[in-house]
Amino acid sequence: MADMLKRTSPPVASRPWLAPLPAATRYSLRGGAEARAAVAAAFGVEPPTQACRAASRGARSALWLGPDEHLLIAPESDGATLATALPAALAGVPHSLVDVSHRQVAFEVRGPHAEWLLAHGCPLDLDVAAFPVGMCTRTVFVKAEVLLWRTADDRFRIETWRSFTDYVITLLAETALELPA
Amino acid sequence: MLIIDCPYCGPRPELEFAHGGQAHIARPADPSQTTDDEWTEYLYLRVNTKGVYAERWRHARGCGRFFNALRDTTTDQFLATYRSGEKPPVGSAARSAP
Ligand SMILES: [Zn+2]
Repeated sequence: MADMLKRTSPPVASRPWLAPLPAATRYSLRGGAEARAAVAAAFGVEPPTQACRAASRGARSALWLGPDEHLLIAPESDGATLATALPAALAGVPHSLVDVSHRQVAFEVRGPHAEWLLAHGCPLDLDVAAFPVGMCTRTVFVKAEVLLWRTADDRFRIETWRSFTDYVITLLAETALELPA
Repeated sequence: MLIIDCPYCGPRPELEFAHGGQAHIARPADPSQTTDDEWTEYLYLRVNTKGVYAERWRHARGCGRFFNALRDTTTDQFLATYRSGEKPPVGSAARSAP
């Protein structure tokens, strides 16, 4: 399945302002405080309760998407371990845990024009004062839903549903035509 | 663009939200015991207030949550937003029931 998806999805070509990010293991977690505590122990990162914030430890991250919804991101190689560890930790706790590893594609928009490029299609205030490092949220990029996560002053991790990737990157590339060479 | 204050995420652009119609409509506890008129009223009849209106909104392209808002339908101004299950802010002039 993973191999098939890799073959059929458009590759993200590296550019000065764009970097592809490696395939990842992703889980959509829904649940309350009890589920968050169980995941914190098994996953090693406590799902944040503050709205629109991401928490990381090592290569694993937990992103707040809603008051009872988090996205867990880990290296692809952790997939098999997590597939048994997370359900085991959550046994008996009301929750929903869905493997969405291959649903979305991640890439990074970076450099001094990162904010400017994203502002072309995203209605949020992306100034670092309004959208600080560590903030993450679902939002829109033109007509596509995206997940936006600022990982550094000049770096954003973008996750889009697989079939939207080409649309988002094409629009970013068109905007980038206006960048100084 | 309107800025709508999501009770979970804070102020966010209108593009991320979906309108959900009149707020505070309770589903009849026992639908099989309602008359056709009562059921019709529950399903279809809305107050269509000119003025301050309590309505449901969903932060569809954000946290995904439904919440309630008081909006003046003559000016399109949002006066307050509050979580589902909460009552409208005290002192508001909302007419939410038919
Ligand atoms: Zn929200």
